Amino acid sequence: MATITFKINRFNPDDERRGHFMQKYQVEAKKGDTILDCLNRIKWKQDGSLTFRRSCRSGICGSCAMTIDGVNNLACEVQVMALKRDTITVEPLRGYTVIKDLVVSLDPLVKGMLKVKPYMITKTPPPTDQERLQSPEEREKLDGLYECILCGSCTSSCPSFWADKEYIGPHAFLKAYRFVADTRDEAPREHLEPLDDKHGLWRCHTIFNCVEACPKDLNPTKAISELKKALVNDKF
Amino acid sequence: MSTIDPETIHDVEGVPVHSVHRHDVIIVGAGLAGMRAAVEASDEFDVAVLSKVFPTRSHSGGAQGGIAASLANEEEDHWEWHMFDTVKGSDYLGDQDAIEIMVKEAPVVVREFEHYGTPFSRTPEGRIAQRKFGGHTKDFGRGGPILRACYAADRTGHALLHNLYEVCIKKEVRFYPEFYALSLIIRDNVCRGLVAWDVINGGVHVFHAKAVMFGTGGYGKVFEITSNALANTGDGLSLVLRAGLPLEDMEFVQFHPTGLYLQGILVSEAARGEGGYIINDKGERFMERYAPDKMELAPRDLVSRSIQTEINEGRGIGGEAYVYCDLRHLGEDAIMKKLPQIHELAWKFLHVDCTKEPIPIQPTAHYSMGGIPTNKDAQVLADGKERPVEGFYAAGECACVSVHGGNRLGTNSLLEASLFGRRAGKSMVRFLRGTREFPELPADAAKLAIKEIERFLSADGGERVADIREDLQGKMTDECGIFRSAEKLEAMVKDLGELEKRFEKIKIDDRSNKFNSDLLEAIELGHMLEFSELIVAGALKREESRGAHSRTDFPKRDDEKWLKHTLAWKKGDEITFDYKPVIITRFQPKERTY
Repeated sequence: MATITFKINRFNPDDERRGHFMQKYQVEAKKGDTILDCLNRIKWKQDGSLTFRRSCRSGICGSCAMTIDGVNNLACEVQVMALKRDTITVEPLRGYTVIKDLVVSLDPLVKGMLKVKPYMITKTPPPTDQERLQSPEEREKLDGLYECILCGSCTSSCPSFWADKEYIGPHAFLKAYRFVADTRDEAPREHLEPLDDKHGLWRCHTIFNCVEACPKDLNPTKAISELKKALVNDKF
Repeated sequence: MSTIDPETIHDVEGVPVHSVHRHDVIIVGAGLAGMRAAVEASDEFDVAVLSKVFPTRSHSGGAQGGIAASLANEEEDHWEWHMFDTVKGSDYLGDQDAIEIMVKEAPVVVREFEHYGTPFSRTPEGRIAQRKFGGHTKDFGRGGPILRACYAADRTGHALLHNLYEVCIKKEVRFYPEFYALSLIIRDNVCRGLVAWDVINGGVHVFHAKAVMFGTGGYGKVFEITSNALANTGDGLSLVLRAGLPLEDMEFVQFHPTGLYLQGILVSEAARGEGGYIINDKGERFMERYAPDKMELAPRDLVSRSIQTEINEGRGIGGEAYVYCDLRHLGEDAIMKKLPQIHELAWKFLHVDCTKEPIPIQPTAHYSMGGIPTNKDAQVLADGKERPVEGFYAAGECACVSVHGGNRLGTNSLLEASLFGRRAGKSMVRFLRGTREFPELPADAAKLAIKEIERFLSADGGERVADIREDLQGKMTDECGIFRSAEKLEAMVKDLGELEKRFEKIKIDDRSNKFNSDLLEAIELGHMLEFSELIVAGALKREESRGAHSRTDFPKRDDEKWLKHTLAWKKGDEITFDYKPVIITRFQPKERTY
């Protein structure tokens, strides 16, 4: 057991004059506790008004992405003891509008995604009573792409997004490439074209923040460079 | 798409006119059942999906191992075999007419997902890959485990959920993310819509609809150790109870054998399907004493009881309340390729590298077999037996068709949710084609919901919601968990009475409207206390052991008295019961051994 001080960046929408402020809470943490366990303990035992999103607590739903000691991560996946600090700072994901405390608006995330036609597009009808065939090697190209949980960590970490709220965002590029790379998708150009835009692909300056921020160890920057290649090949 | 005429929108007392919405179909829950229904109905009608969490946060995404279908891509298989396994797995409580529909349509539903773009893992021939899972066998149980679970690595639920969300986007389904259902509007046996709370902005909204569908999920959070998400508080079930409708077979709660120790987080059955062992403190593969034939791949109820027995008899690791799931002999390549998420979870939550060390596991509350009684077309039944509520549908974990009976087989849940979600969609389309008018919306439709919100927002007693919830979870685990008895269950009845009294004196810290999760947790606890009464009362009544319901004072299955479904209503403080026969077509009940 150890006493950990949590410094939490809070915001109450009913008290906008106060704006954002830091509040400290003390939590008794033991080995195995995650940041989410501690936040729950604060909410449940000390202050019910502390507000954050959470659901699966196993790193698959993507609800609890936040900035923990300056790093975007899922609160449910970060072990408190592994941080080896007695004070931990927790803030809402950067770049998004804060709704309340650690809860941010995900509207830009959805908007960016909608631009890339985030669904499989086929022109020929599927075979009757059978699946479309795809070799294990072709399927393997989707590994590292389909696992995205839409937590928003990557886009929140991206300076291009900080400067341009219309920026499509690395999460949406990853999604676009997930379909471009899928041998079953028959209209890669339809996913690619929206990216060739002033808020699109060319605004990525390969800073790699998104790669660092992704709690699922995915690589949006690599997807972006593949997409750039595909766009250039398509054009020239 | 039907158009909305603002002139005809009714006034609802206490709700501003811009908060009254109208759609042909309102679906509550954006998991596999809800979104699959939305996909089906949205070609012809105006469909809206309401969800307490953003759609891709739904707990269908937590499912790992696979979705069952007798595709026979890897070896010979037949829907009849799948049917036999499901019936036997259910301990003969599943309705065989519904099961037959499910296993016959399963290949269609799985291939449709593939056509939608789900990234299934593949066989060398390029077909959908399939793996072994507990209780799924060859040749009517005479052969060994069969390759039937269609999978996308060990992230099948995630792959299906995101794929359905993509298809919903393509079909322009309207979402109301982070809207929380407060009450159903059912009058004269006609469902007219529902009342919901806008979580982000606060405020009561009314959704006027011709058809309402629930895909609201399960209720694992009433137990201390659970694989379920924090959102799985079974709200939909008590909303149905409060509308005066019954629930079916609530006493049947599945405990999954392999939850990460203390966290309860799911370690997929795929771990055992791919060949993992379960071992006790002495290093024994103890399943050979309980299921000598199928070993670790016996059904979940049996494996969970076996693990709990080992723990109770002191053979847990170091005498503690866990045993090991050992994957080391599978080799690093197989683990990283087929079970990457398990590797990740064991590492992130227990700091165990499962390629080098065994994973500490314990049984974890996982799935509710019971729920809202429906017929095969997903219509909710007013009497629990035959008479549908007009315009009200349910599918997925919240519903009870019943295809799982007393115990669900792994990979049948993703199947049931999507397959009966699809049927609900088709069923609603048929209904809507013949229904031009919206049912009348009563002016006092939101009255009770508004009162509930006001009551909680001003609650100023001394009890913390979380304390009551923790006590509920602890007691339900001890007294209504894997092993039950009259003595324990009677104690639980008393405990629930006391918890409810404490609940009347709760205190809310957050009195604001915007994103008030303190308020939501209070409402959720009210639901949990309410339907828990039915779990306990049903378990106390059922004096036998069947499937996941295991009574130490009645250790045998009793077909003479109990081959029937429980139906329970709540009227005031009273619980009333009725029963209905199990539908048996092809397979007569037999002793269940593995």
